[in-house]
Amino acid sequence: MNNNLKTFTKGFIKENPILVLLLGCCPTLATTTSAINGMSMGLATTFVLIMSNLSISLLKNFIPDKVRIPCFIVVIASFVTVVQLVMQAYVPDIYETLGLFIPLIVVNCIVLGRAEAFASKNSVWPSILDGAGMGLGFTASLTVLGCLREILGSGSIFGWRFLPEDTDTILVFVLAPGAFIALGYVIAIVNHLKKSK
Amino acid sequence: MAKKESTLVNMLVSLLVITAVSGGVLGLVYGMTKDSIAQVEQKKNEKAIAEVLNTGVVIASFDIDTIDGLVYNLAYDNSNQLIGAAIKTFSGKGFGGKIELMVGVLENGTINKVSVLSQSETPGLGANMTNESFKGQFSGQHPNDFKLQVKKDGGDVDAITAATITSRAFSEAVKTACDGFEAHKSQFLKGGNSYE
Amino acid sequence: MKYIIIILSTILVNNVIFAQFLGICPFIGTSKKTSTAIGMGAAVIFVMTLATLVTWLTQYYILKPLKIEFLQTIAFILIIAALVQMVEIILKKISPSLYTALGVFLPLITTNCAVLGVAITVVTKEFSYGGASRILNLGESVVYAAGTAFGFALALIIFAGIREHIELMEAPKGMRGVPIALITAGILALAFMGFTGIV
Repeated sequence: MNNNLKTFTKGFIKENPILVLLLGCCPTLATTTSAINGMSMGLATTFVLIMSNLSISLLKNFIPDKVRIPCFIVVIASFVTVVQLVMQAYVPDIYETLGLFIPLIVVNCIVLGRAEAFASKNSVWPSILDGAGMGLGFTASLTVLGCLREILGSGSIFGWRFLPEDTDTILVFVLAPGAFIALGYVIAIVNHLKKSK
Repeated sequence: MAKKESTLVNMLVSLLVITAVSGGVLGLVYGMTKDSIAQVEQKKNEKAIAEVLNTGVVIASFDIDTIDGLVYNLAYDNSNQLIGAAIKTFSGKGFGGKIELMVGVLENGTINKVSVLSQSETPGLGANMTNESFKGQFSGQHPNDFKLQVKKDGGDVDAITAATITSRAFSEAVKTACDGFEAHKSQFLKGGNSYE
Repeated sequence: MKYIIIILSTILVNNVIFAQFLGICPFIGTSKKTSTAIGMGAAVIFVMTLATLVTWLTQYYILKPLKIEFLQTIAFILIIAALVQMVEIILKKISPSLYTALGVFLPLITTNCAVLGVAITVVTKEFSYGGASRILNLGESVVYAAGTAFGFALALIIFAGIREHIELMEAPKGMRGVPIALITAGILALAFMGFTGIV
């Protein structure tokens, strides 16, 4: 049990996909213009991660080594398309905002990385935990970054504006340059904390 | 179960099986979600039409006319008099790409209300065009007295702070709708009567 | 004229990295040295243009007539993966010198989200380059892809040049490496924002 717990929690801090491993930068920068967008993107990726880890750990003995990457890609792409269709049907507004970055979960290095590094070597239950842990770690960092950019850039949090209507905010943080700068500082803080430990 | 060898047959079979199963599953999911996806667009349109033509007058019938890429949803009352039109208009000049609006224009040409159908502008900046504080300024204005251009370009529209491009595109889309309505109004008046 | 607008817009105004956030991983990963940056840039230009050509044809001559557009994501990623493999094999046979220059970057491109991103963008997004907004045709799509790829190469090479200098600077401990690189990229993105509105 202790081991399973470790598998689950390592994605949050020790092996956090974005802040420590630097995987999946594109959606991180592009979709964190607000807290809610970052969180939706994170949850969509988490779903794909859990499902692909689950299927790949089940299929691992059936897939010959030499064609494993194409097989993984097909499995991942299928789940991404499922997410795409379901979001389009039931949460069209969020689907429209995230746009291109939903199909691009396919090429998110985190998903293929976990399939190759963990799910293809472990049994079903740990693989699900690994997917869930990594996915939620990803979601947490996207949400934090989204909150940060939304607070600084729009003066609101989860869509609720805490500053008066006509106050000026640091607009650059919701624009493209702010994404790079905010992520840079967050990683610097994480690095600093890791070193002082 | 032992791991499969990487022989040609094994490789082909496993790839084929996986692709076929994925294709099948996706087909199923597509079948289940297809109708909802189609309805999303339609529901959004209907909601926007109801919102921008909310004048208190009961709408008895609708006519739909598409001219130059704009969709005119023409509303008529009991005696087939034109009440106004909900015009689906767009501008490709937004900061994040295309902006689609539903503009409610009354029979005399006055803008009743504007509703945003789709946009991909920057949150906190251009996306503020969905706020009443911006789009509300168009309500009740007649294009003859209210120049549909941002103040910077010599018009009457108060631009969103730091989002002039979005404001320009928005104004342009509204202007296209108003001009289109004015140009084709005569045929809309007849159009209603010829159907009943 | 229309093609010039597409090229200007994709390279400068809507730069794939600084405005669209596609291909950030290789952007950070292969920008430590200018020579690697040039190699990666060239490989992306080659693959992106070719991939968009093939996926565009697939979309309009296979997926659309058969009404299986929902398989788009799977089809495109498989095409790109296969294409990269093929380019690698052909290059090895025909031009070994070019292969040694670009070979190491080719496998990295399969997971470069810019390639898939552009392939999907040109068949789904409407553009208004002079006139009403509509989906791009084949010629425009290929020009769009090539422009985007050149934008990627430009950003990558400029960034690598700056990073070579930053490596020599004293930065606070926690900022060294990726954080300072990201903040530099942010400042470059600010510079690129200056191009907004020229087309």
